[in-house]
Amino acid sequence: MGEHRNATREFVCIRCPLGCNITVDMEDGKIREITGNTCPRGADYVTKELTDPRRTVTSLVRIEGGELPVAPVKTAADIPKDKIGDCIKALKGIRLAAPVRIGDVAAENVCGTGVDVVVTANVGKG
Amino acid sequence: MEKDLVIIGGGPAGLAAAIAAREAGVEDLLVLERDSRLGGILNQCIHNGFGLHTFKEELTGPEYAGRYIEKVLEQKIPYKLNTMVIDLEAEESRKKVTVMNREEGLYQIEARAVILAMGCRERARGALNIPGYRPAGIYSAGTAQRYVNMEGRMPGKEIVILGSGDIGLIMARRMTLEGAKVKLVAELQPYSGGLKRNIVQCLDDFGIPLKLSHTVVDIKGKERVESVTVARVDENLKPVPGSEEEIPCDTLLLSCGLLPENELSETLGVKMNPVTGGPEVDESLETSREGVFACGNVLHVHDLVDYVSQEAAQAGKNAAAYLSGSRSGQGRGIPIRAVQGVRYTVPSSVDVSRMEETQVVRFRVGNVFRNAAIEVSCGGKILKSQKKQILAPGEMEQVILKRAELEQIEDPEEITVSVRAESRGRD
Amino acid sequence: MCMYDVIVIGAGVTGCGIARELSRYDWKVAVLERASDICEGTSKANSGIAHAGFDARPGSLKARLNVEGSRMMEGLSKELDFPYKRNGSLVLCFREEDRETLKRLLEQGRENGVEGLEILEREQVKELEPNVSDEVKAALYAPTGGIVCPFGLTIALGENAAVNGAEFFLNTEVREIEKTGKGYRLLTGRGSFEAKAVVNAAGVYADRFHNMVSPEKIHIIPRKGEYCLMDKKVGGFVSHTIFQLPTVYGKGVLVTPTVHGNLLAGPTAVDVEDPEALNTTQAGIEDLLRRASLSVRNLPVKQVITSFAGLRAHEEGDDFILGQAAGAPGFFDAAGIESPGLTCAPALGKYMAQLVREYLPVPEKDSFVAVRKGIRGMASATAEEQKRLIAENPLYANVVCRCELVTEGEILDAIHRPLGATTIDGVKRRTRAGMGRCQAGFCSPRTVEILARELGKDAGEICKNGENSRFLTGYIKDGIQGEA
Repeated sequence: MGEHRNATREFVCIRCPLGCNITVDMEDGKIREITGNTCPRGADYVTKELTDPRRTVTSLVRIEGGELPVAPVKTAADIPKDKIGDCIKALKGIRLAAPVRIGDVAAENVCGTGVDVVVTANVGKG
Repeated sequence: MEKDLVIIGGGPAGLAAAIAAREAGVEDLLVLERDSRLGGILNQCIHNGFGLHTFKEELTGPEYAGRYIEKVLEQKIPYKLNTMVIDLEAEESRKKVTVMNREEGLYQIEARAVILAMGCRERARGALNIPGYRPAGIYSAGTAQRYVNMEGRMPGKEIVILGSGDIGLIMARRMTLEGAKVKLVAELQPYSGGLKRNIVQCLDDFGIPLKLSHTVVDIKGKERVESVTVARVDENLKPVPGSEEEIPCDTLLLSCGLLPENELSETLGVKMNPVTGGPEVDESLETSREGVFACGNVLHVHDLVDYVSQEAAQAGKNAAAYLSGSRSGQGRGIPIRAVQGVRYTVPSSVDVSRMEETQVVRFRVGNVFRNAAIEVSCGGKILKSQKKQILAPGEMEQVILKRAELEQIEDPEEITVSVRAESRGRD
Repeated sequence: MCMYDVIVIGAGVTGCGIARELSRYDWKVAVLERASDICEGTSKANSGIAHAGFDARPGSLKARLNVEGSRMMEGLSKELDFPYKRNGSLVLCFREEDRETLKRLLEQGRENGVEGLEILEREQVKELEPNVSDEVKAALYAPTGGIVCPFGLTIALGENAAVNGAEFFLNTEVREIEKTGKGYRLLTGRGSFEAKAVVNAAGVYADRFHNMVSPEKIHIIPRKGEYCLMDKKVGGFVSHTIFQLPTVYGKGVLVTPTVHGNLLAGPTAVDVEDPEALNTTQAGIEDLLRRASLSVRNLPVKQVITSFAGLRAHEEGDDFILGQAAGAPGFFDAAGIESPGLTCAPALGKYMAQLVREYLPVPEKDSFVAVRKGIRGMASATAEEQKRLIAENPLYANVVCRCELVTEGEILDAIHRPLGATTIDGVKRRTRAGMGRCQAGFCSPRTVEILARELGKDAGEICKNGENSRFLTGYIKDGIQGEA
């Protein structure tokens, strides 16, 4: 991305609800200065956002024989942003049998990211 | 039935209040929850971002609720599910809570203290007076959230969202991830009502456009929504003729604000704050009715559940102190006035003789301010001046009052919280 | 082919009122309704007023049936168990020069047989209604004016007709009417029906059916009225129904408590082309609030919980068209039924039944049951009644709609009684679930679930009203294509 080699880029940090406005000065495609962040997580966020943007994905899987027909899930850690779509596709066909509990693995190593998808609510038998 | 403490609502506020009250020594308490599980609205908030303050990690709503539910179970705090409080009365210091459920029917509980923790509800279409037809396909964002996240059902395929509050933003992403096409988020105000990070991770990440200063001026479709028309609004928030754009869609989600759910509080005759829609409370979160406390979204609408939990824990602790008769002082509360850009404060008074060493005062501003300062004054003295890069109505602010400082002031009449603006601008 | 003695087209308050009266006699009666429920047209979106009867021209059918209907309403509300209250009405006069008009209205009312009318001076009006505008000079007071639940009345009439043998066919739109040797054949989307006599109570569509059989054409103009409904918190803002002096477009904008304790303002009056144009408009809402604000001080507009529009079936001649259509023996019109149609319905039903009886003589049935019990509502029950209801059926303790305190027990009753609810709107109009301040945000997912369970359907099939008004469009990730 040549146009960004010597550019100033603006970000809103998503690591906490504060949402710091962070400015990154780029020089020769490298980060020269990061300003506007309240804490080190902000610097980490923009660095990652420039090199390897990642997100935690939350969604649902179907439950069979449960008190609810679905259970919420999340990726146990963040995954590359461009894998969000594939991660959702991978969850489409998953059917878990009730009961499930918080922390149960719904899908291992989702889309080869090395990250598991885990259940985030207890759903008892229906 | 008689109880020392009845907590109305088993959501995040009710749970945190119950745990704090039990930890402060209240044995005889009961949590009343109208839904079929504890946790309240958190059960349908399956996105992450909860609990950074409380647990130093990002949890999803059900996980956050789960941590409190575990504690409630551990401490064997009694609760009733599927139980609706249908009336609340007070006779001197006795409170009568009329409840109803399938197993026990209709009966009264006499309580020495009550904590109101009923949460809030969404503003409906009618309150917004959006013109047009009234077909199927118009839902509040929270109703859609329930259909999707609890029932696994989609309320629509092509979506327009009015209102950029957090629930609207979160639902834009949820609907997209579950296979719907979100065409637009329109916001009446010139600024978003939600957290900035939600604009990034819920809209920008998925290329969903956000139109500020826009509203819905027409809904077409006689049976199911077929299109909505959005238009730009002027400074007075009135639609600008000629700026209309018709967007084909089958669903309109509304995320246009939350209203504290205080019908019960009103039957009790507690003094209400017209700005928050919640009761007026003092530093112990006690309402104008002795022994009736309020916390969480029934008191004022929060952005962060962490603060709900903190506030509720304070209410639980104070209710315990009230019940044990160990509250010190009963002096004159100093009113806290919201002035100049500050819309309200919670609490709205503080009793120096009774307060702890510090007291958190939470508030919201009425507009977007850049490079401003929050000022707290009392007795002609500026107690605090806190610089802020940006202040926005969508984000709750807080200042901390110190007892030591207030004790210094002779005969204080009032404390004011204000915004000293260096520049006021649009976001 | 189904053969009937009498077929009624339309199951609004007029059609249901007629069907109930027809069901007293030994006829085979059918009611054909195009919508998915009864009470889906003009009857579901109006002011809910039982008018005293001073508005209509003396000697007109409107005047006669209005006063008769007004007199019947209280007794009928007990017989059929629907909400009605005689709260009295006031017609405000704001200019000294309009006093004459007010007086004429009084005299007209007296001539029509309205009892207890009097003109009140400003102070008396203010005493009755402290929130009335300071501009008021005098008012016509009609103590016999009342408020009625339009859904309650229509559904009670319909249910009672059904219990007495009238067969209701919903989702059955009449497309053509043919003359046969013995009467008429009605071709519908669901087969054809034959009858010796037909009663046309099709509201804004009544001209369509009349014109199919009669050479003397009529023209019904849908006249739109927009309303704002306000929270029960401000239901006591006024206690009487507050009118302004009438205009050529009708009775003008009123402000009234509803029989359920909300505050209602409306309607506007705008003639439209489309008989389905039930949309509200920004201009309409603004107009009605502005006009309502002439009657009262500080109308609590912030308390609006919903707005809606209704279409009145206005006929050019400005009176009801009641009777056999020219050149069409056995085809009876009940057309042009605009305000005070709701009030007239009970009397109009009797009137039409007599006309049909003259054409098609028949004895009365011994088996007619005049009394109907409504849905027992927890919200209006005393604590003792509430306890008894719960003891009989614990589902009366399971609250579904918290704004209006409607329980699962009531919703099951609404679904399983004669002509029971099959849609979200049907449940709403029978029980008030979803009528409150949150406007079904909380209860609609639960109501969908209950309807699906009780009707043996999938939740995805549950509709708001018509067949194309499904609430849900599928399952999560249906729209996600491909595999990871």
